[in-house]
Amino acid sequence: MDLILGALGYIFDPVNWGAGAVQPGAIGGLLLEHLRLTALCVGIALVIALPLGFYIGHTGRARQFVIGFTGAMRALPTLGLLYFFFTLFAFSLSFLPAANLAVVISLIILAIPSILAGAYSGLESVDRETIDASRALGMTEFQILWQVEIPLALPLIVGGIRASVLQVIATATVAAYIGVGGLGRIILTGIGTNDYDRILGGALLVTALALVVDGAFALLQWLAAVGTAPRGARDTDGDATRAPLSAEPATQQ
Amino acid sequence: MVIEFRSVSKKFPDGTVAVEDFSLELPSGKATVFVGSSGSGKTTLLRMINRMVEPTSGQILIDGVDVATRDRVQLRRSIGYVLQAAGLLPHRTVLHNVATVPLLQRTDRAKARESALELLDKVGLDRRLAGRYPRQLSGGQQQRVGVARALASDPNILLMDEPFGAVDPIVRAELQVELNRLQRELGKTVVFVTHDIDEAFLIADQVVILKQGGRIAQVGTPAQILSAPADDFVASFIGADKGQRDLHLQERSGDDGLTLVVDQDGRPTGVLASSRPSAPSEDGTVS
Amino acid sequence: MSWTLANLDLILELTLEHIRLAIIPIIASFVLSIPLGWIAIRNRVTRAIVITSGSLLYTIPSLPLFVILPLIIGSRVLDDINLIVALSIYGVAVMVRSAADGLASVDRVTLDAATAMGFSGWTRFWRVQLPLAGPVLLAGIRVVSVSTIALVSVGVIIGSSNLGDLFRDGKNRQILEEVGVGIIMSLLLALIFDVIIVLIGRVLLPWNRTATSGETERQADPVDPTQLGVRV
Repeated sequence: MDLILGALGYIFDPVNWGAGAVQPGAIGGLLLEHLRLTALCVGIALVIALPLGFYIGHTGRARQFVIGFTGAMRALPTLGLLYFFFTLFAFSLSFLPAANLAVVISLIILAIPSILAGAYSGLESVDRETIDASRALGMTEFQILWQVEIPLALPLIVGGIRASVLQVIATATVAAYIGVGGLGRIILTGIGTNDYDRILGGALLVTALALVVDGAFALLQWLAAVGTAPRGARDTDGDATRAPLSAEPATQQ
Repeated sequence: MVIEFRSVSKKFPDGTVAVEDFSLELPSGKATVFVGSSGSGKTTLLRMINRMVEPTSGQILIDGVDVATRDRVQLRRSIGYVLQAAGLLPHRTVLHNVATVPLLQRTDRAKARESALELLDKVGLDRRLAGRYPRQLSGGQQQRVGVARALASDPNILLMDEPFGAVDPIVRAELQVELNRLQRELGKTVVFVTHDIDEAFLIADQVVILKQGGRIAQVGTPAQILSAPADDFVASFIGADKGQRDLHLQERSGDDGLTLVVDQDGRPTGVLASSRPSAPSEDGTVS
Repeated sequence: MSWTLANLDLILELTLEHIRLAIIPIIASFVLSIPLGWIAIRNRVTRAIVITSGSLLYTIPSLPLFVILPLIIGSRVLDDINLIVALSIYGVAVMVRSAADGLASVDRVTLDAATAMGFSGWTRFWRVQLPLAGPVLLAGIRVVSVSTIALVSVGVIIGSSNLGDLFRDGKNRQILEEVGVGIIMSLLLALIFDVIIVLIGRVLLPWNRTATSGETERQADPVDPTQLGVRV
């Protein structure tokens, strides 16, 4: 209990929020930096992963390859990647650009698999008959994608982005290891000075940030679900052998 | 094994009255078919026999013993039950599925296996299917396994809840005929639920036509019901009101002098067998 | 290649340590998640509590958890037990959802049929519901395995010795090859663990392979986008 109180003491001490806050800086600024880093990395990951996911989900092409590939990406240790890119860039760049670039690339790699999986399994979860019917109505493939598949797949797509944002927020703390990033620096300073108030305070801040962002996404996901097919039908799907959220492989040419 | 319902009522927690004050005796060794549309409480009646559903009031007796006094797990093991979707355990082979209840009753493995194989023969399944998993079978084969499983503990009572509802008409007809054969052979007390009146007439010794809330519209043999529908509801249910049961003979000049049997709308239902030179008198013909 | 060839013994030693540190949390999270999953499928409220606590635990960054844990469980600061407990917490956080989903995914008709045949409550759970949840549990434990192996390396920060040593040492001494070898070995371990788990699944769930080809593919897919994946 003392631990928690101490940590809260650190968080709510106005001194630590003020402009003149000592190492590693004012909490507000670090919080913003953390968010900015997260937004940047997830943003770039979205640009890469969403189109790819839509393509795979719509055509059913390269599915096995991408499943294996995203699986391997998930297995990459982010700390290792971070150190790898940092060491690599440090040969040719000065410290700060090398560190920043290494962090951003590592976190993008971390963010991609969940978004990709959400996009393609979301599209695959759309009832084949609905798509077939849309094609029969005379929709082009592009219209089917935008007007049928993506709207119906929205809850799963948002779910994938949500998981990826959570991962990035929690993992961005590791960026502090090479001297950049947001809230992780509070934790690292705490470890360096054996100051448990800071260590736990930093952890609580990261967790709180993750919860707030997760809450926002939960709301978004709920809105996405309300706008699409009745969830009930999907939830009561009782096929015992089916992973609940993965879906029929695409069958169209 | 006589099954007796004594003023049985069932009200579900949501307020639906599925069955109200139902009393009836189901004769031993005969097939009784409950037939009615959805909401007639037919499945509820069936499931009260093996205590899958508990009545709100009233009693169900098997050979004079109230089922409520019996341990429900033991009771269920002593009654065969066939469900619409067969309800096979997908993670067990055909043989293991059939032997489920004997194994639950701690029958010797080798013995359970041997009698399971014999049951496969009995329901007309190739023994080579014994090692397959349910989803490797066709719908009709799965239903046969379902029947074999229900017979495995050699129960005196067999409950069948729309067992052939999910298979296609040709296979269904085949299974119905087989069930009749098995029933003649084994003489179980069969309770069968369906919404298909023709299926009811084919299988039943005793047909029970149910209205909403499990009220009995008419009980009788198929012949009794066909010849004297108790009221308009029954007449409409069996199609007598629209003349589908009033058959006429119609001479056809072109077709080798065959005599067609038609209903009141002129829809052909068969050919008069005696009008055909050497007609085999089988299904689809009326003699 | 020169660094690798000169340090084969070290690589082997750290790899074995890595395996040891990863196996315990993977098994622990599987075992612990089943009773929790059982609780979660009781009703809406228990489900909400279990699943929400799971994702809540997962949002705790690993770094401070490693550091704070000794103060909570009373272990020594540089003890491996801290890492193992922390990884088990993350494993359970991920796995509990699979367990709840898996148990809930079992066809009601099948359960009903089992009851009608005379399975009593516990027998039905162990012999019917749990085996039938197998494919979903398998998918879940694959995710846990991959994520745990990746996470072990963060343990170097709290003095644990494993493949993460190669990351830190390689960075400090500017030996890119050393960091690369650490990453590749970590990937390789994840792959081997995955293959082993899939093989165990084949043996334990023979009925699961008999699907049509389309269904087999579907089951082979461990990716559940709403399931939290790997992080460090």
